[in-house]
Amino acid sequence: MTTQLHNPPLLSVTDLCVEFATRKGPVTAVRSVNLQIAKGETLGIVGESGSGKSVTSYAVMRILDRAGRIVSGGIEFGGMPLHNADEATMSDLRGREISMIFQNPRAALNPIRTVGKQIEDVLIRHAQTNHEMAKAKAIEALEHVRIRDAAQRYHAYPFELSGGMCQRVVIAIALACKPQLLIADEPTTGLDVTTQKAVMELVRDLTRSQGMSTLLITHDLGLAGEYCDRIVVMEKGEVVEQQDTRRLFVAPAHPYTRRLIRSTPHAAQSIRDLLPEDLRLPPPPAAPVVDMSVPLLEVRDLVKAFDPPGGFLQRLKMRGSSAALPMRAVDGISFSIARGESVGLVGESGCGKSTTSAMVMRLLDSTSGSIRFKGTELTTVPAAEFSRSPLRRELQMVFQDPHESLNPRATAAQSIADPLLRIEGMREAAAIRARVEQLAVQVGLQLELLDRLPHQLSGGQKARVGIARAIATKPELLILDEPTAALDVSVQAVVLNLLADLKAEFGMSYLFVSHDLEVVRLLCDRVIVMRAGSIVEEGATAQVLSAPKAEYTKELLSAIPRPAHLPRQVEAPVQVAQA
Amino acid sequence: MTDATLTSQLTAGSRPSAFARNLAHFRYVMTSNPVTFLAFVLCAGMILVALFGPMLVPHDPLATLSDKALKPPSWDHWFGTDQLGRDVFSRVVVATRLDLLISVSAVAISFVCGAAMGACAGYWGGWFDKLSGRFLDTIMAFPLFVLAMGIVAAAGNTIQNIVIATAIINLPFYARVARAEVSIRRNAGYVQAARLSGNSELRILMFKILPNTLPPMMVQLSLNMGWAILNAAGLSFIGLGVRPPTAEWGIMVAEGANYIISGEWWLALFPGAALMLAVFTFNLLGDGLRDLVDPQRRT
Repeated sequence: MTTQLHNPPLLSVTDLCVEFATRKGPVTAVRSVNLQIAKGETLGIVGESGSGKSVTSYAVMRILDRAGRIVSGGIEFGGMPLHNADEATMSDLRGREISMIFQNPRAALNPIRTVGKQIEDVLIRHAQTNHEMAKAKAIEALEHVRIRDAAQRYHAYPFELSGGMCQRVVIAIALACKPQLLIADEPTTGLDVTTQKAVMELVRDLTRSQGMSTLLITHDLGLAGEYCDRIVVMEKGEVVEQQDTRRLFVAPAHPYTRRLIRSTPHAAQSIRDLLPEDLRLPPPPAAPVVDMSVPLLEVRDLVKAFDPPGGFLQRLKMRGSSAALPMRAVDGISFSIARGESVGLVGESGCGKSTTSAMVMRLLDSTSGSIRFKGTELTTVPAAEFSRSPLRRELQMVFQDPHESLNPRATAAQSIADPLLRIEGMREAAAIRARVEQLAVQVGLQLELLDRLPHQLSGGQKARVGIARAIATKPELLILDEPTAALDVSVQAVVLNLLADLKAEFGMSYLFVSHDLEVVRLLCDRVIVMRAGSIVEEGATAQVLSAPKAEYTKELLSAIPRPAHLPRQVEAPVQVAQA
Repeated sequence: MTDATLTSQLTAGSRPSAFARNLAHFRYVMTSNPVTFLAFVLCAGMILVALFGPMLVPHDPLATLSDKALKPPSWDHWFGTDQLGRDVFSRVVVATRLDLLISVSAVAISFVCGAAMGACAGYWGGWFDKLSGRFLDTIMAFPLFVLAMGIVAAAGNTIQNIVIATAIINLPFYARVARAEVSIRRNAGYVQAARLSGNSELRILMFKILPNTLPPMMVQLSLNMGWAILNAAGLSFIGLGVRPPTAEWGIMVAEGANYIISGEWWLALFPGAALMLAVFTFNLLGDGLRDLVDPQRRT
């Protein structure tokens, strides 16, 4: 950026080192980080978990937790040193000069105060207004972040608003005092792609119109590529590369940056392309031919309706209104999965995809409709009794959050052994141990990790434990519920490849539930797009993604952040398919 | 039973150093927080006194020596003697066993019953949840000490009834904690995974969810322990519960209270101090116990 030469940077961080005191002595989380943000510039910090990107921003805000401290280095904001500023100075600056948006908007808002009052608090704290004017200003701030009916929303509590709306309120709070620098720490992680697009565009428009600088912290290279002027890539507490966005994508200098760009799914043509070059595996063995004539799973007119909230009296009061009707989370959907096929089930949160997979897995009873697995009707056995069914071993699932799906008190070996004990009825400790080790080898989990507890394993290792547990009984149908949503991109690349290899090896069928169309493109033969409990589009993956018929699919596709500079290779095979 | 042993074999076979790890974890919890260390030392001391105290005391706690009545603390009688000439030190030491026995068994009963009740209510919900919830509300609606007095007065003045009364008034606390902790984990990822692994609902509740509710239950347990001691002593103090001449802290304080005005302070002070020390110990123990049973605390 040439402007940098003329303007002194708004924020400059020099040789920053941050240490955390832990049980095993001090751990350096950030080492000698240098970065500068010019006025009006948007800088992205990209890195995987543990890279120190959030810690750097916390150090700038001086909100490191008690164990962390700035060991050396300087932080200057508009010529003013922050690294040794006292708490009173910092609390004046926070919110007025530097604001922050956090990852989980719901957690960042006070649940028992209306959103309007929370905006007022900030305004009054920084003497931007008095009590008489506060309400009008707060409503103005809400209108500013494009919340409709702002005067009514002023009285809303955070739980009454959707995730995207909450994030808008957080942005309104952050921008209420017109700060010079906005730090956005993973502002859209956990939001749907269409919401993500709306929120990011809002941030971009508002910061541009006010000439603010933005520091965007994200794990998503695509997001940073689309919205940032310059990108800093961090790995293990160090800055490995700092470049203009275009140059970073066109000519990445550092091998880590190249690896990161590789593992971002949009650029890849096949699933193997995600892996770093030196780790390239042989192409997966040719998948067994999908026999479409014999469906493994057949779902017909499946419905799940939830009773409206409230007790009997409340329902009586609401009689006749639409709120009194049962909510149909899944509204009569039909699809089938052939043996050896992998089908993607795509949709945004609340579209009913998780409810569908829970019903197919027999974790949840359906309201009506039929689920036939290998010709056997599954809905006749209630979900609560399905654990004794002989079909239990054929239907298994890999859960979304690898951490939450492992019992915190059980070692990896105990978690993997659970289905062996309960379903296979294995009783001999040595035999179980041998089978557990065999499974660990199949999913690429080092044997010495088997005796660790979940919190002692990394995200990728936990994902492998979850996969090993799911394939322990050699199921025919495996539901993958966003298996990589909680993982870093490089780990996601490895896990996706593992899943593809396992499928080829054991001839399993996959139902891949995801919100990420790019991942579905790489792994699935067919894709089903769901919205509000119904299927809006269904077809071969290449066809749906390249020539979507439904408006909603088009909207989903266009919302995926896609930096212009990132070479995209999906068109090529599609043209072949069409020809 | 076979499953439990199998699981433990699986653990033991694969982790020869499991005991060493637990020991290392214990050492870490002890050294990281001196208060916890103090609490565990005091607690261990109290258990030792309860076990071996009666063998070691210098005098028979029940032997009356009328010529030595109401003597202040001296080299022969460390804590002095009471109105019947009994050695207060011996009585305080011997009473430890009875007081601990009452509080431990009362807390154990309410822990087991309360956890079972709360866990079922939290896991299955429905009519049992509503019924047990109202039942607990009913208990909570009474002034608890008055309720305990009523139970002991109605059922008879025995140690067994003191234990039952103390257990009943403590029941709601465990049931509530257990219900809340179980109901937030009812549909957790690892519980769903356990369903897919073919575990029955009861087994999931017993072996997957309940162990994970231990850390908050432990805090409750140790807080209640101090409370249960106070409660038992309180019942004895007002004349319900343990009867004289049995050595028990509450009775001793009650009997000694009459003599404080006339200057014989040692009669009430020493059993009162023992009572305070016991309550203090158990209250401090809570955090340490939680750290011990919390898997997240292990590296």
